Amino acid sequence: MTTTSNDDYYIPEPSRWPLIGAATVFTLLFGVVLWLNSWVAGPWIMLAGAASLAFLFKGWFGDVIKENLSGSYNGQVDSSFRQGMFWFITSEVFFFLTFFGCLYYLRNITLPYLGGEGYLATSNILWEGWTYTWPPLQLPDATNYVEAKEAMGPGGIPLWNTIILLSSGGTLTWAHWALKKDDNKQLVLGLATTILLGVIFFILQAVEYGHAYAEMDLTLESGIYGSTFYLLTGFHGFHVTVGAIMLMVILGRAMKNHFSSHNHFAFEAVAWYWHFVDVVWIGLYILVYWL
Amino acid sequence: MSTEAIHADHDHHHAPSGIGRWLFSTNHKDIGTMYLIFSLVMLFLGGASAMMLRAELFTPGLQILDPDTYNNLLTNHALIMVFGVVMPAAAGMANWMIPMMIGAPDMALPRLNNLSFWILPFAAIMLIISMIAPYFPGGGTPINTGWTLYPPLSVQVGMGMDFAIFTVHLLGISSILAAINIITTIVNMRAPGMTYFKLPLFVWSWLLTALLLIMIMPVLAGGVTMLLFDRHFGTAFFDAAGGGDPVLFQHLFWFFGHPEVYVLLLPSIGILGMVVPTFSRKPLFAYKPLVYSMMMLTALGMVVWAHHQYTVGMSEAVTTYFMIGTILISIPVGYMLFSFIFTMWRGAMTFETPMLFAVAIVLMFSFAGVTGVMLAVVPADLQYHDTYFVVAHFHYALIPGSLFGIYAGVFYWLPKWTGHMYNETHGKIFFWWTTISFNLTFFVQHFSGLAGMPRRIVDYSPIFAEFNMISSIGAFSFGASHLLFLYIIIKTVKGGEKASDKPWEGAQVGTPGLEWTLPSPPPFHSFTTPPAIK
Ligand code: HEM
Ligand SMILES: [Cu+2]
Repeated sequence: MTTTSNDDYYIPEPSRWPLIGAATVFTLLFGVVLWLNSWVAGPWIMLAGAASLAFLFKGWFGDVIKENLSGSYNGQVDSSFRQGMFWFITSEVFFFLTFFGCLYYLRNITLPYLGGEGYLATSNILWEGWTYTWPPLQLPDATNYVEAKEAMGPGGIPLWNTIILLSSGGTLTWAHWALKKDDNKQLVLGLATTILLGVIFFILQAVEYGHAYAEMDLTLESGIYGSTFYLLTGFHGFHVTVGAIMLMVILGRAMKNHFSSHNHFAFEAVAWYWHFVDVVWIGLYILVYWL
Repeated sequence: MSTEAIHADHDHHHAPSGIGRWLFSTNHKDIGTMYLIFSLVMLFLGGASAMMLRAELFTPGLQILDPDTYNNLLTNHALIMVFGVVMPAAAGMANWMIPMMIGAPDMALPRLNNLSFWILPFAAIMLIISMIAPYFPGGGTPINTGWTLYPPLSVQVGMGMDFAIFTVHLLGISSILAAINIITTIVNMRAPGMTYFKLPLFVWSWLLTALLLIMIMPVLAGGVTMLLFDRHFGTAFFDAAGGGDPVLFQHLFWFFGHPEVYVLLLPSIGILGMVVPTFSRKPLFAYKPLVYSMMMLTALGMVVWAHHQYTVGMSEAVTTYFMIGTILISIPVGYMLFSFIFTMWRGAMTFETPMLFAVAIVLMFSFAGVTGVMLAVVPADLQYHDTYFVVAHFHYALIPGSLFGIYAGVFYWLPKWTGHMYNETHGKIFFWWTTISFNLTFFVQHFSGLAGMPRRIVDYSPIFAEFNMISSIGAFSFGASHLLFLYIIIKTVKGGEKASDKPWEGAQVGTPGLEWTLPSPPPFHSFTTPPAIK
C-alpha cells in the first residue's frame, strides 16, 4: 500500500517504546542473575521483565501495524524493514554457527587430543587410558558429572521431527502462494497448519527431553555430549517457539485481512525466520543426531 | 545544543520540546548527540579507573588497592573503554554524519536506533553493578579475569561475573541493532545518484564495521552464554574433565576480539579519510584502492584471531597459519597509511587541531603496527606474551588508532554540530598536552615489557620502579588534559565564533559528502526530500 510517494521521506513520530524496551531487557536480565544466584526476588523481577516484554511487543508492533494500515509507509520504508530483517537473520546465523563451530572443534580437536592424539598427547599426562569415541559417554573424569547411559540416535522422534518441520516449511510456502493470489482462506489454512506442525514438533521435542532425562541419564550434566546436545537442540527449540508465536500473530492478522498480495512484509519476515529455523534443524539432525 | 531556532523553515518537522525530545527521540542527530555524551561520561569513568590503576603502580608494593580490586578495576577499565567509550562515540558519529553525508532524512529505522542507544546506559549500570556486587554480602569474589573473561577463572568467580555476562549481552544487542540500522541506511537511504563509489570514506568504513559487528557479536554472545551454562547448569564446555576445553572459550573470545579491534579502528580510519584531504586541500589519494584495502582488512581480520593464543599449545601448523595471516594484515594497513601520506604529499597543508591529530595518528599508529608485527611472530611472542610490551602495543593501537581518530572527528565536526568554532589555541594545547603525555605513559612500557614485567598484576619487581613512575606521571597528565577537552566542548556548545556552512576556508574536497551543503548547525531534519547529487 503505497499512498505516500517515494519522493517524500517517512520518519516516525517520537516513540516511548525504545526506552521501555531497554528498561525491559535490563529488568529481565537483572532478574535472571538474581534467580541464578538464588535470590528470592529473582524470579519475580524476571517475571516482571517478561510481562513488560509482552507489553512492549504488543505496543511497539501495534504502532507499526497501525502506521502500515493507515498507509503512511512508502516503498522505501518497506525495503528498510526487509533489509533490517535480512541482517537480523544473518546475525542469528552466526549465533548458530558459533555452536556448530564448537561442536566441530570439540569433536575434531579437543576430544582427540584428550584421547592422546596429536603431538601434545594430553591424555598421557592428565587421564591415562581414556580413549575417545563419539559420543563420549565415558568421561575423562566423571567426579562432577553424571555419565549418560546411551546416546540419542537419529531414528524415532528426531526423524519424525525432521519430517514435521520440513512439511511445515512446505505448508508455509503454500500459505505464501495463496497470499500472492490474494486467497485469504487458503492463507489462513496454510498458516494454521504450519502452526499446528510447529506445536507438534515442540511437544515431541519435550517428550524426547523427558525420555533423555528420565531413562537415558542424558542431561546437561553428563559431560560434553549432553552439553552440546542440549545447547544446540535447546536454542533451536527456543527459536521454534519464538517462530511459532510470531506465526500465531501473523495468523491473527491474516484473519483480520491485514495482508494483500502487495503489502505483506510481516508475513514474509516471519516466513524467512521460519525457514531459517528449518535449515538449522537440518544441520542439527545431520550433525547432532546422525553423524 | 540548541537547534530550536532553526526549524522554522521546516513546516511539519518540529523538534519536540522537553525531556521527551531525548527520551523518545527518533531523530538521528539527537540520538547521535546522546551517544556522544554517553561516551564522554564513560571516558571519564574509564579514565578514572585507569588513574587508580596507575596510582597503585606508581611505586612497587601495595598502596591503595588490594590485588583482587586491582584486577576488578582493570577488567572494568577495559570493558568501559572498549564498549562504553570508543564504540558509542563511533556510533554517535555514524548517527550524526551518515544520514547527512548520503542525503538521507534520518536513519532507516529511527525507533530501532533509539533502542540501540538506550540499551547502553542500562548496560553501563549493569557493568557498574558487576564491579561493586562483590563488595556486598553474598557477592562472591570480584571479577579478576581481565576483559577476556577466560575460564576456568571466570567459572569460579562470584555473581559479578553473571552481571558481566549479561552486560555483554546487552552491549551485543545494542551493537547488532545499530549495525543492522547502519547497513540498511547506507544501502537503502542514499540519495539518488549517491553511488557506492561516491560515498565518503567515513560511510564506507562504517559499512564494513557494521558488517563485522553482525558477524562477531553473536559469537561473543554464544561464548559467554556457554560460560553462564558452565557456571550454573553443570555443563562441561570449558572443563577438560567432562570432555570440554578452556581453549575453546579463547577461540570464541578472540574470534570476536580480533575483528573487534577493527571495529574500533575502522571508523577512525574513515574520519582520517575526511580530515586529511580537507587540510591538505587535495582529494583523497587513491580512494577506490583504499576502499578495497579496507575490505581486505575486514576479510583478513576475520581469520587471524588465534594470534592471541600462541602460548596455549596449539599445533605448529596452526600457529604458523595464524602468524602468516596476521603479518599479511600489514599490507592493507600499510596501504591505508600510505594513502593518507600521499594525500598530504605536496598538499597545501595547514595544521588545525583535527589535522594535528591526523598526522599524529599516522605516526603513532604505524608504531603500533610495527610492534604488532613483532608480536605476530610466534617465537618472539612466546617472549612478549602477557608482558607490558603487549600493554604498550595495544594502547598505541587503541589510543591513537581509535580514541585520537575520534578526537579528530570531534574537532572536525564540532562546528557543523554546534554551529560554533572551537577555540583553535585551546584545541592545539589539548593536542600537544595529550599526545606528549600519552607517549610519556606508554612508550616506556615497551622497555619494561621487554625486560619481562608481567601485565595484569598489582605489584612488580623494584627494578621496574623508574619506568613505572614515568608511566604514572604521564598517565596523570594524560588524564588531566581531558579536563581541557571537556572545557573546550562545553564552551563550543555554549557559544563561540559562528561557523559557516563550510568551515576551514571551504577546503572540503574529493568525496566530502553532503553534510557541507547544510547549514551549521543543520536543521532538525536534514533532508525532507532527496537532494540532487552533482
Ligand atoms: C588514560 C589513558 C589510559 C591509561 C592510563 C590506561 C592504563 C591502563 C592500565 C594501567 C592497564 C592495566 C595493565 C595491566 O595491569 O595489565 C590497562 C589495560 C587495558 N586498557 Fe588501558 N589505559 C588507558 C586508556 C585505554 C583506552 C582508551 C583503551 C581502549 C580503547 C584501553 C584499553 C585497555 C585494555 C583492553 C586493557 C587490557 C585489560 C586486560 O588486561 O584485560 N585503555 N590500561
Ligand atoms: Cu588480534
